[in-house]
Amino acid sequence: MQDSISFFTGFGVNDLWFLGEAALKTLWISVLSISIGTLLGTFFGWVLHEGKLAATLTIAPVLDVFRSVPLIIQLVLFYNFAPIIGLNFDPFVSGVVILTFYTAALVANVARGGIEAVPPSMRRASRSLGMSYWQDLFHVVLPIGGRAVFPAWIGVVLGVMKDSALVSVLGYVELLKASQVLITRTQEPLLILAIAGAFYFALSYPISRYAHKFEQRWSK
Amino acid sequence: MIQVRDLHKHFGDLHVLKGINLDVNKGEVLSVIGSSGSGKSTLLYCLNSLEQIQQGSVHVDGIDVHAKSTDVNKLRQKLGMVFQQWNSFPHLTVLENVALAPRIVKGKSKEEAIAMAEKQLKHVGLGDKFKHYPNSLSGGQQQRLAIARALAMEPEYMLFDEATSALDPEKVGEVLDTMRLLAEEGMTMICVTHEMGFAKEVSDRVAYFHHGIMEEIGPPEQIFGAPQSEHTRKFLANVR
Ligand SMILES: Nc1ncnc2c1ncn2[C@@H]1O[C@H](COP(=O)(O)OP(=O)(O)OP(=O)(O)O)[C@@H](O)[C@H]1O
Ligand SMILES: [Mg+2]
Repeated sequence: MQDSISFFTGFGVNDLWFLGEAALKTLWISVLSISIGTLLGTFFGWVLHEGKLAATLTIAPVLDVFRSVPLIIQLVLFYNFAPIIGLNFDPFVSGVVILTFYTAALVANVARGGIEAVPPSMRRASRSLGMSYWQDLFHVVLPIGGRAVFPAWIGVVLGVMKDSALVSVLGYVELLKASQVLITRTQEPLLILAIAGAFYFALSYPISRYAHKFEQRWSK
Repeated sequence: MIQVRDLHKHFGDLHVLKGINLDVNKGEVLSVIGSSGSGKSTLLYCLNSLEQIQQGSVHVDGIDVHAKSTDVNKLRQKLGMVFQQWNSFPHLTVLENVALAPRIVKGKSKEEAIAMAEKQLKHVGLGDKFKHYPNSLSGGQQQRLAIARALAMEPEYMLFDEATSALDPEKVGEVLDTMRLLAEEGMTMICVTHEMGFAKEVSDRVAYFHHGIMEEIGPPEQIFGAPQSEHTRKFLANVR
Protein backbone atom coordinates (compact mmCIF):
# COMPACT_ATOMS: atom_id res chain seq x y z
CA MET A 1 0.00 0.00 0.00
CA GLN A 2 2.91 2.26 0.73
CA ASP A 3 3.79 3.08 -2.86
CA SER A 4 0.28 3.64 -4.12
CA ILE A 5 -1.15 7.11 -4.14
CA SER A 6 -4.14 6.48 -1.96
CA PHE A 7 -6.58 9.10 -3.20
CA PHE A 8 -6.32 7.82 -6.77
CA THR A 9 -8.00 4.54 -6.06
CA GLY A 10 -6.32 1.72 -7.80
CA PHE A 11 -3.81 3.84 -9.75
CA GLY A 12 -0.32 3.26 -8.39
CA VAL A 13 3.23 4.22 -9.12
CA ASN A 14 3.65 0.88 -10.82
CA ASP A 15 0.98 1.90 -13.28
CA LEU A 16 2.88 5.07 -14.00
CA TRP A 17 5.89 2.92 -14.83
CA PHE A 18 3.67 0.78 -17.01
CA LEU A 19 2.58 3.88 -18.93
CA GLY A 20 6.12 5.18 -19.13
CA GLU A 21 7.31 1.93 -20.60
CA ALA A 22 4.44 2.02 -23.10
CA ALA A 23 5.44 5.56 -24.04
CA LEU A 24 8.93 4.29 -24.79
CA LYS A 25 7.40 1.65 -27.02
CA THR A 26 5.44 4.35 -28.86
CA LEU A 27 8.68 6.27 -29.22
CA TRP A 28 10.54 3.19 -30.45
CA ILE A 29 7.99 2.16 -33.05
CA SER A 30 7.79 5.76 -34.25
CA VAL A 31 11.55 6.24 -34.45
CA LEU A 32 11.95 3.04 -36.45
CA SER A 33 9.12 3.75 -38.88
CA ILE A 34 9.96 7.40 -39.30
CA SER A 35 13.66 6.85 -40.01
CA ILE A 36 13.22 3.98 -42.45
CA GLY A 37 10.11 5.59 -43.94
CA THR A 38 11.91 8.90 -44.44
CA LEU A 39 14.81 7.27 -46.29
CA LEU A 40 12.44 5.24 -48.42
CA GLY A 41 10.12 8.21 -49.00
CA THR A 42 13.01 10.43 -50.03
CA PHE A 43 13.99 7.83 -52.60
CA PHE A 44 10.40 7.61 -53.85
CA GLY A 45 10.18 11.40 -54.03
CA TRP A 46 13.32 11.45 -56.12
CA VAL A 47 11.85 8.82 -58.47
CA LEU A 48 8.64 10.84 -58.78
CA HIS A 49 10.64 13.99 -59.50
CA GLU A 50 12.83 12.35 -62.11
CA GLY A 51 9.60 11.12 -63.66
CA LYS A 52 11.04 8.00 -65.25
CA LEU A 53 7.82 6.66 -66.72
CA ALA A 54 7.89 3.03 -65.62
CA ALA A 55 8.92 3.86 -62.06
CA THR A 56 6.35 6.60 -61.73
CA LEU A 57 3.59 4.38 -63.07
CA THR A 58 4.36 1.72 -60.49
CA ILE A 59 5.21 3.84 -57.45
CA ALA A 60 2.71 6.67 -57.69
CA PRO A 61 -0.48 4.54 -57.44
CA VAL A 62 0.94 2.42 -54.60
CA LEU A 63 1.83 5.55 -52.63
CA ASP A 64 -1.64 6.91 -53.29
CA VAL A 65 -3.13 3.79 -51.70
CA PHE A 66 -0.98 4.15 -48.58
CA ARG A 67 -1.86 7.83 -48.31
CA SER A 68 -5.59 7.50 -48.81
CA VAL A 69 -6.65 4.25 -47.09
CA PRO A 70 -7.13 4.89 -43.34
CA LEU A 71 -4.18 3.61 -41.38
CA ILE A 72 -6.29 1.45 -39.12
CA ILE A 73 -7.62 -0.48 -42.12
CA GLN A 74 -4.12 -0.95 -43.53
CA LEU A 75 -2.91 -2.29 -40.20
CA VAL A 76 -5.73 -4.78 -39.74
CA LEU A 77 -5.61 -5.95 -43.35
CA PHE A 78 -1.85 -6.41 -43.34
CA TYR A 79 -1.77 -8.16 -39.96
CA ASN A 80 -4.47 -10.60 -40.99
CA PHE A 81 -3.52 -11.23 -44.59
CA ALA A 82 0.28 -11.26 -44.42
CA PRO A 83 0.30 -14.80 -42.93
CA ILE A 84 -1.53 -16.03 -46.03
CA ILE A 85 1.52 -15.22 -48.15
CA GLY A 86 3.76 -16.72 -45.51
CA LEU A 87 4.71 -13.59 -43.57
CA ASN A 88 4.12 -14.31 -39.90
CA PHE A 89 4.84 -10.98 -38.32
CA ASP A 90 4.05 -10.16 -34.71
CA PRO A 91 2.05 -6.99 -34.02
CA PHE A 92 5.19 -4.92 -33.53
CA VAL A 93 6.78 -5.84 -36.86
CA SER A 94 3.46 -5.52 -38.69
CA GLY A 95 3.03 -2.09 -37.17
CA VAL A 96 6.53 -1.01 -38.17
CA VAL A 97 6.06 -2.27 -41.73
CA ILE A 98 2.79 -0.44 -42.27
CA LEU A 99 3.84 2.74 -40.47
CA THR A 100 7.06 2.75 -42.51
CA PHE A 101 5.22 2.61 -45.82
CA TYR A 102 2.68 5.11 -44.59
CA THR A 103 5.49 7.49 -43.61
CA ALA A 104 7.25 6.85 -46.92
CA ALA A 105 4.09 7.68 -48.86
CA LEU A 106 3.76 11.00 -47.02
CA VAL A 107 7.47 11.82 -47.20
CA ALA A 108 7.57 11.05 -50.95
CA ASN A 109 5.44 14.09 -51.66
CA VAL A 110 7.38 16.23 -49.22
CA ALA A 111 10.68 15.13 -50.78
CA ARG A 112 9.50 15.79 -54.29
CA GLY A 113 8.43 19.24 -53.17
CA GLY A 114 11.89 19.74 -51.69
CA ILE A 115 13.66 18.84 -54.90
CA GLU A 116 11.37 21.13 -56.84
CA ALA A 117 12.03 23.96 -54.39
CA VAL A 118 15.58 24.20 -55.78
CA PRO A 119 15.41 26.40 -58.86
CA PRO A 120 16.71 24.81 -62.08
CA SER A 121 19.11 27.70 -62.53
CA MET A 122 20.74 26.79 -59.18
CA ARG A 123 21.28 23.26 -60.38
CA ARG A 124 22.67 24.45 -63.71
CA ALA A 125 25.09 26.62 -61.74
CA SER A 126 26.38 23.70 -59.70
CA ARG A 127 26.68 21.52 -62.78
CA SER A 128 28.57 24.33 -64.52
CA LEU A 129 31.14 24.15 -61.71
CA GLY A 130 31.82 20.56 -62.74
CA MET A 131 29.70 18.87 -60.09
CA SER A 132 28.28 15.54 -61.15
CA TYR A 133 24.58 14.80 -60.98
CA TRP A 134 25.05 13.11 -57.60
CA GLN A 135 27.30 15.81 -56.16
CA ASP A 136 24.69 18.39 -57.07
CA LEU A 137 21.98 16.22 -55.51
CA PHE A 138 23.80 15.69 -52.20
CA HIS A 139 25.65 18.96 -51.73
CA VAL A 140 23.11 21.41 -53.17
CA VAL A 141 19.64 19.93 -53.62
CA LEU A 142 19.52 17.96 -50.36
CA PRO A 143 20.51 20.80 -48.02
CA ILE A 144 18.55 23.52 -49.82
CA GLY A 145 15.44 21.47 -50.60
CA GLY A 146 15.64 19.74 -47.22
CA ARG A 147 15.46 23.05 -45.39
CA ALA A 148 12.61 24.23 -47.56
CA VAL A 149 10.43 21.27 -46.63
CA PHE A 150 11.71 20.67 -43.09
CA PRO A 151 8.55 22.10 -41.46
CA ALA A 152 6.40 19.84 -43.64
CA TRP A 153 8.53 16.86 -42.68
CA ILE A 154 8.21 17.70 -38.98
CA GLY A 155 4.46 17.75 -39.55
CA VAL A 156 4.69 14.20 -40.93
CA VAL A 157 6.83 13.10 -37.96
CA LEU A 158 4.39 14.43 -35.38
CA GLY A 159 1.46 12.97 -37.28
CA VAL A 160 3.01 9.52 -37.54
CA MET A 161 3.90 9.58 -33.85
CA LYS A 162 0.27 10.17 -32.96
CA ASP A 163 -0.98 7.70 -35.57
CA SER A 164 1.29 5.03 -34.14
CA ALA A 165 -1.39 4.71 -31.43
CA LEU A 166 -3.41 2.77 -33.99
CA VAL A 167 -0.98 -0.15 -33.77
CA SER A 168 -2.78 -0.88 -30.51
CA VAL A 169 -5.57 -2.52 -32.54
CA LEU A 170 -3.13 -5.32 -33.28
CA GLY A 171 -2.57 -5.85 -29.57
CA TYR A 172 0.82 -4.15 -29.33
CA VAL A 173 0.95 -2.50 -25.92
CA GLU A 174 2.07 1.01 -26.69
CA LEU A 175 0.87 4.11 -24.90
CA LEU A 176 -2.77 4.07 -25.98
CA LYS A 177 -3.24 0.32 -25.47
CA ALA A 178 -1.62 0.56 -22.04
CA SER A 179 -4.03 3.32 -21.09
CA GLN A 180 -6.98 1.20 -22.16
CA VAL A 181 -5.74 -1.68 -20.02
CA LEU A 182 -5.44 0.60 -17.01
CA ILE A 183 -8.80 2.22 -17.59
CA THR A 184 -10.47 -1.16 -17.63
CA ARG A 185 -8.82 -2.05 -14.35
CA THR A 186 -9.03 1.21 -12.42
CA GLN A 187 -12.13 2.76 -13.94
CA GLU A 188 -10.32 6.09 -13.97
CA PRO A 189 -10.57 7.07 -17.65
CA LEU A 190 -10.11 10.82 -17.27
CA LEU A 191 -7.05 10.63 -15.08
CA ILE A 192 -5.36 7.97 -17.19
CA LEU A 193 -6.13 9.59 -20.53
CA ALA A 194 -4.82 12.86 -19.14
CA ILE A 195 -1.59 11.15 -18.14
CA ALA A 196 -1.35 9.40 -21.52
CA GLY A 197 -1.96 12.74 -23.23
CA ALA A 198 0.79 14.27 -21.16
CA PHE A 199 3.15 11.53 -22.32
CA TYR A 200 2.29 12.17 -25.97
CA PHE A 201 2.88 15.85 -25.38
CA ALA A 202 6.20 15.08 -23.70
CA LEU A 203 7.23 13.10 -26.78
CA SER A 204 6.12 15.67 -29.35
CA TYR A 205 6.93 18.96 -27.68
CA PRO A 206 10.74 18.61 -27.74
CA ILE A 207 10.52 17.77 -31.43
CA SER A 208 8.56 20.85 -32.35
CA ARG A 209 10.79 22.97 -30.06
CA TYR A 210 13.96 21.73 -31.69
CA ALA A 211 12.43 22.01 -35.15
CA HIS A 212 11.56 25.62 -34.43
CA LYS A 213 15.12 26.31 -33.29
CA PHE A 214 16.58 24.85 -36.48
CA GLU A 215 14.24 26.85 -38.64
CA GLN A 216 15.22 30.02 -36.84
CA ARG A 217 18.91 29.28 -37.20
CA TRP A 218 18.49 28.64 -40.93
CA SER A 219 16.39 31.66 -41.62
CA LYS A 220 18.99 34.12 -40.39
CA MET B 1 40.64 28.04 -78.05
CA ILE B 2 36.95 27.49 -78.62
CA GLN B 3 35.85 26.34 -82.08
CA VAL B 4 32.20 26.18 -83.00
CA ARG B 5 31.37 24.59 -86.35
CA ASP B 6 27.99 24.57 -88.06
CA LEU B 7 26.20 24.35 -84.72
CA HIS B 8 22.46 23.63 -84.83
CA LYS B 9 20.25 23.51 -81.79
CA HIS B 10 16.55 22.61 -81.73
CA PHE B 11 14.08 22.66 -78.85
CA GLY B 12 11.48 20.33 -80.33
CA ASP B 13 10.19 22.16 -83.40
CA LEU B 14 11.94 25.37 -82.46
CA HIS B 15 15.18 25.89 -84.40
CA VAL B 16 17.12 28.06 -81.99
CA LEU B 17 20.66 28.05 -83.41
CA LYS B 18 20.95 27.78 -87.18
CA GLY B 19 24.49 26.92 -88.13
CA ILE B 20 26.84 28.92 -85.94
CA ASN B 21 30.54 29.14 -86.84
CA LEU B 22 32.73 30.89 -84.32
CA ASP B 23 36.33 30.83 -83.09
CA VAL B 24 37.34 32.38 -79.80
CA ASN B 25 41.05 32.67 -79.19
CA LYS B 26 42.88 32.50 -75.89
CA GLY B 27 42.95 35.89 -74.20
CA GLU B 28 40.14 37.25 -76.30
CA VAL B 29 37.04 39.00 -74.96
CA LEU B 30 33.96 38.44 -77.09
CA SER B 31 30.68 40.19 -76.36
CA VAL B 32 27.49 38.69 -77.70
CA ILE B 33 24.55 41.01 -78.26
CA GLY B 34 21.14 40.52 -79.80
CA SER B 35 17.48 40.72 -79.04
CA SER B 36 15.63 38.45 -76.64
CA GLY B 37 15.15 34.91 -77.90
CA SER B 38 17.91 35.10 -80.51
CA GLY B 39 19.73 32.14 -78.93
CA LYS B 40 22.56 33.84 -77.02
CA SER B 41 22.09 31.93 -73.77
CA THR B 42 21.56 28.70 -75.64
CA LEU B 43 24.88 29.18 -77.40
CA LEU B 44 26.69 29.46 -74.06
CA TYR B 45 24.94 26.36 -72.72
CA CYS B 46 26.05 24.44 -75.81
CA LEU B 47 29.67 25.42 -75.18
CA ASN B 48 29.85 23.57 -71.84
CA SER B 49 27.31 20.89 -72.68
CA LEU B 50 24.56 22.14 -70.39
CA GLU B 51 22.52 21.72 -73.57
CA GLN B 52 22.90 18.99 -76.17
CA ILE B 53 23.26 19.90 -79.84
CA GLN B 54 21.63 18.36 -82.88
CA GLN B 55 24.25 19.07 -85.52
CA GLY B 56 27.77 20.42 -85.85
CA SER B 57 30.46 20.49 -83.19
CA VAL B 58 32.09 22.46 -80.41
CA HIS B 59 35.75 21.98 -79.53
CA VAL B 60 37.40 23.49 -76.46
CA ASP B 61 41.19 23.20 -76.56
CA GLY B 62 40.73 20.38 -79.05
CA ILE B 63 38.25 18.46 -76.88
CA ASP B 64 35.02 17.57 -78.65
CA VAL B 65 32.49 18.87 -76.10
CA HIS B 66 29.57 16.79 -77.29
CA ALA B 67 31.40 13.52 -77.94
CA LYS B 68 30.07 10.59 -75.92
CA SER B 69 33.55 9.84 -74.60
CA THR B 70 34.06 13.36 -73.19
CA ASP B 71 33.92 13.71 -69.41
CA VAL B 72 31.72 16.81 -69.22
CA ASN B 73 32.31 17.29 -65.49
CA LYS B 74 36.00 17.60 -66.21
CA LEU B 75 35.46 19.76 -69.27
CA ARG B 76 33.23 22.20 -67.37
CA GLN B 77 36.10 22.99 -65.01
CA LYS B 78 37.74 24.71 -67.96
CA LEU B 79 34.71 26.92 -68.54
CA GLY B 80 33.55 29.04 -65.62
CA MET B 81 30.01 30.29 -65.99
CA VAL B 82 28.10 33.16 -64.43
CA PHE B 83 24.36 33.43 -64.87
CA GLN B 84 21.80 36.17 -64.76
CA GLN B 85 20.52 34.77 -61.44
CA TRP B 86 23.43 34.73 -59.02
CA ASN B 87 22.50 31.32 -57.58
CA SER B 88 24.49 31.59 -54.35
CA PHE B 89 24.12 28.50 -52.21
CA PRO B 90 22.02 29.92 -49.34
CA HIS B 91 23.01 27.24 -46.82
CA LEU B 92 26.73 27.98 -47.05
CA THR B 93 28.79 30.97 -45.96
CA VAL B 94 30.37 33.10 -48.64
CA LEU B 95 33.68 31.29 -48.07
CA GLU B 96 32.08 27.84 -48.20
CA ASN B 97 30.18 28.79 -51.37
CA VAL B 98 33.48 29.29 -53.14
CA ALA B 99 35.36 26.42 -51.48
CA LEU B 100 32.73 23.74 -52.13
CA ALA B 101 33.46 22.88 -55.75
CA PRO B 102 37.27 22.93 -55.45
CA ARG B 103 36.92 20.50 -52.55
CA ILE B 104 34.37 18.03 -53.90
CA VAL B 105 35.00 18.35 -57.63
CA LYS B 106 38.74 18.87 -57.75
CA GLY B 107 39.39 16.88 -54.59
CA LYS B 108 41.45 19.61 -52.95
CA SER B 109 42.09 19.40 -49.24
CA LYS B 110 39.98 21.60 -47.03
CA GLU B 111 42.90 23.97 -46.39
CA GLU B 112 43.73 24.30 -50.09
CA ALA B 113 40.10 24.87 -51.00
CA ILE B 114 39.73 27.54 -48.31
CA ALA B 115 42.94 29.23 -49.39
CA MET B 116 41.72 29.30 -53.00
CA ALA B 117 38.34 30.64 -51.90
CA GLU B 118 39.94 33.41 -49.84
CA LYS B 119 42.15 34.37 -52.75
CA GLN B 120 39.28 34.58 -55.25
CA LEU B 121 36.98 36.42 -52.85
CA LYS B 122 39.65 39.05 -52.29
CA HIS B 123 40.10 39.15 -56.04
CA VAL B 124 36.47 40.25 -56.54
CA GLY B 125 36.50 42.57 -53.52
CA LEU B 126 34.65 40.41 -51.01
CA GLY B 127 37.61 39.92 -48.68
CA ASP B 128 35.57 41.16 -45.71
CA LYS B 129 32.58 38.86 -46.21
CA PHE B 130 33.99 35.36 -45.65
CA LYS B 131 31.73 34.44 -42.74
CA HIS B 132 28.56 36.10 -44.04
CA TYR B 133 25.67 34.21 -45.51
CA PRO B 134 24.66 35.15 -49.06
CA ASN B 135 21.26 36.54 -48.08
CA SER B 136 23.03 39.31 -46.16
CA LEU B 137 24.76 40.44 -49.37
CA SER B 138 23.45 42.81 -52.02
CA GLY B 139 22.72 41.54 -55.52
CA GLY B 140 25.95 42.99 -56.83
CA GLN B 141 27.94 41.31 -54.06
CA GLN B 142 26.21 38.00 -54.70
CA GLN B 143 27.02 38.23 -58.39
CA ARG B 144 30.67 38.90 -57.54
CA LEU B 145 30.48 35.89 -55.25
CA ALA B 146 29.27 33.86 -58.24
CA ILE B 147 32.26 35.11 -60.22
CA ALA B 148 34.66 34.14 -57.41
CA ARG B 149 33.03 30.74 -57.17
CA ALA B 150 33.59 30.14 -60.87
CA LEU B 151 37.18 31.45 -60.70
CA ALA B 152 38.04 29.12 -57.82
CA MET B 153 37.88 26.22 -60.27
CA GLU B 154 40.74 27.93 -62.14
CA PRO B 155 38.90 27.98 -65.47
CA GLU B 156 40.58 28.95 -68.71
CA TYR B 157 37.45 30.54 -70.10
CA MET B 158 34.67 32.51 -68.47
CA LEU B 159 31.15 32.59 -69.89
CA PHE B 160 28.87 35.38 -68.68
CA ASP B 161 25.17 35.18 -69.44
CA GLU B 162 23.72 38.63 -68.83
CA ALA B 163 25.52 38.81 -65.52
CA THR B 164 24.16 42.28 -64.79
CA SER B 165 20.61 42.04 -66.10
CA ALA B 166 18.96 41.11 -62.81
CA LEU B 167 20.76 43.77 -60.78
CA ASP B 168 19.53 47.09 -59.49
CA PRO B 169 20.96 49.79 -61.75
CA GLU B 170 23.29 51.11 -59.06
CA LYS B 171 24.85 47.64 -58.60
CA VAL B 172 25.64 47.06 -62.27
CA GLY B 173 28.87 49.06 -62.16
CA GLU B 174 30.62 46.96 -59.52
CA VAL B 175 30.00 43.74 -61.43
CA LEU B 176 31.10 45.25 -64.74
CA ASP B 177 34.24 46.52 -62.99
CA THR B 178 35.01 42.99 -61.82
CA MET B 179 34.50 41.67 -65.35
CA ARG B 180 36.71 44.43 -66.70
CA LEU B 181 39.39 43.46 -64.20
CA LEU B 182 39.32 39.85 -65.41
CA ALA B 183 39.57 41.02 -69.01
CA GLU B 184 42.62 43.11 -68.14
CA GLU B 185 44.21 40.10 -66.48
CA GLY B 186 43.95 38.28 -69.78
CA MET B 187 41.03 35.95 -69.07
CA THR B 188 39.33 34.60 -72.17
CA MET B 189 35.71 35.69 -71.90
CA ILE B 190 32.44 35.35 -73.75
CA CYS B 191 29.97 37.86 -72.41
CA VAL B 192 26.34 37.84 -73.42
CA THR B 193 25.33 41.35 -72.48
CA HIS B 194 22.92 44.21 -72.92
CA GLU B 195 25.53 46.65 -71.66
CA MET B 196 26.61 48.27 -74.91
CA GLY B 197 29.11 50.52 -73.15
CA PHE B 198 30.88 47.49 -71.72
CA ALA B 199 30.78 45.68 -75.07
CA LYS B 200 32.28 48.69 -76.79
CA GLU B 201 35.08 49.35 -74.31
CA VAL B 202 36.15 45.94 -73.16
CA SER B 203 35.61 43.54 -76.06
CA ASP B 204 38.06 42.60 -78.73
CA ARG B 205 35.14 41.52 -80.87
CA VAL B 206 31.38 41.82 -80.72
CA ALA B 207 28.94 39.32 -82.23
CA TYR B 208 25.38 40.24 -83.08
CA PHE B 209 22.82 37.41 -82.98
CA HIS B 210 19.57 37.57 -84.86
CA HIS B 211 16.98 34.77 -84.86
CA GLY B 212 19.54 32.01 -84.28
CA ILE B 213 22.05 33.30 -86.79
CA MET B 214 25.28 35.10 -86.06
CA GLU B 215 24.44 38.02 -88.26
CA GLU B 216 27.66 39.94 -87.83
CA ILE B 217 30.91 39.72 -85.90
CA GLY B 218 33.75 42.16 -85.78
CA PRO B 219 35.69 44.65 -83.67
CA PRO B 220 33.53 47.04 -81.65
CA GLU B 221 34.43 49.91 -83.95
CA GLN B 222 32.81 48.03 -86.81
CA ILE B 223 29.72 46.83 -84.97
CA PHE B 224 29.00 50.12 -83.25
CA GLY B 225 30.54 52.47 -85.81
CA ALA B 226 29.88 50.96 -89.20
CA PRO B 227 27.70 47.85 -88.98
CA GLN B 228 27.62 45.85 -92.18
CA SER B 229 24.22 44.30 -91.61
CA GLU B 230 20.91 46.06 -91.80
CA HIS B 231 19.67 43.98 -88.82
CA THR B 232 22.60 45.04 -86.66
CA ARG B 233 22.00 48.65 -87.49
CA LYS B 234 18.31 48.41 -86.60
CA PHE B 235 19.02 46.61 -83.34
CA LEU B 236 21.56 49.19 -82.23
CA ALA B 237 19.33 52.06 -83.23
CA ASN B 238 16.70 50.65 -80.89
CA VAL B 239 18.87 49.98 -77.84
CA ARG B 240 20.40 53.41 -77.80
N1 LIG C 1 14.79 24.60 -72.35
C1 LIG C 1 14.12 25.15 -73.38
N2 LIG C 1 13.05 24.52 -73.93
C2 LIG C 1 12.38 25.06 -74.97
N3 LIG C 1 12.70 26.22 -75.53
C3 LIG C 1 13.73 26.91 -75.04
C4 LIG C 1 14.49 26.41 -73.95
N4 LIG C 1 15.47 27.30 -73.66
C5 LIG C 1 15.32 28.30 -74.55
N5 LIG C 1 14.29 28.08 -75.38
C6 LIG C 1 13.84 28.96 -76.47
O1 LIG C 1 14.94 29.14 -77.34
C7 LIG C 1 14.97 30.47 -77.85
C8 LIG C 1 16.33 31.08 -77.55
O2 LIG C 1 16.44 31.23 -76.16
P1 LIG C 1 17.71 31.89 -75.46
O3 LIG C 1 17.47 31.83 -74.01
O4 LIG C 1 18.93 31.26 -75.96
O5 LIG C 1 17.60 33.37 -75.98
P2 LIG C 1 18.47 34.63 -75.53
O6 LIG C 1 19.06 35.19 -76.77
O7 LIG C 1 19.39 34.25 -74.46
O8 LIG C 1 17.34 35.62 -75.02
P3 LIG C 1 17.34 36.57 -73.72
O9 LIG C 1 17.99 37.84 -74.11
O10 LIG C 1 15.88 36.75 -73.45
O11 LIG C 1 18.04 35.85 -72.64
C9 LIG C 1 13.81 31.21 -77.20
O12 LIG C 1 12.75 31.24 -78.13
C10 LIG C 1 13.45 30.35 -76.02
O13 LIG C 1 12.08 30.42 -75.76
MG1 LIG D 1 19.43 34.64 -72.38
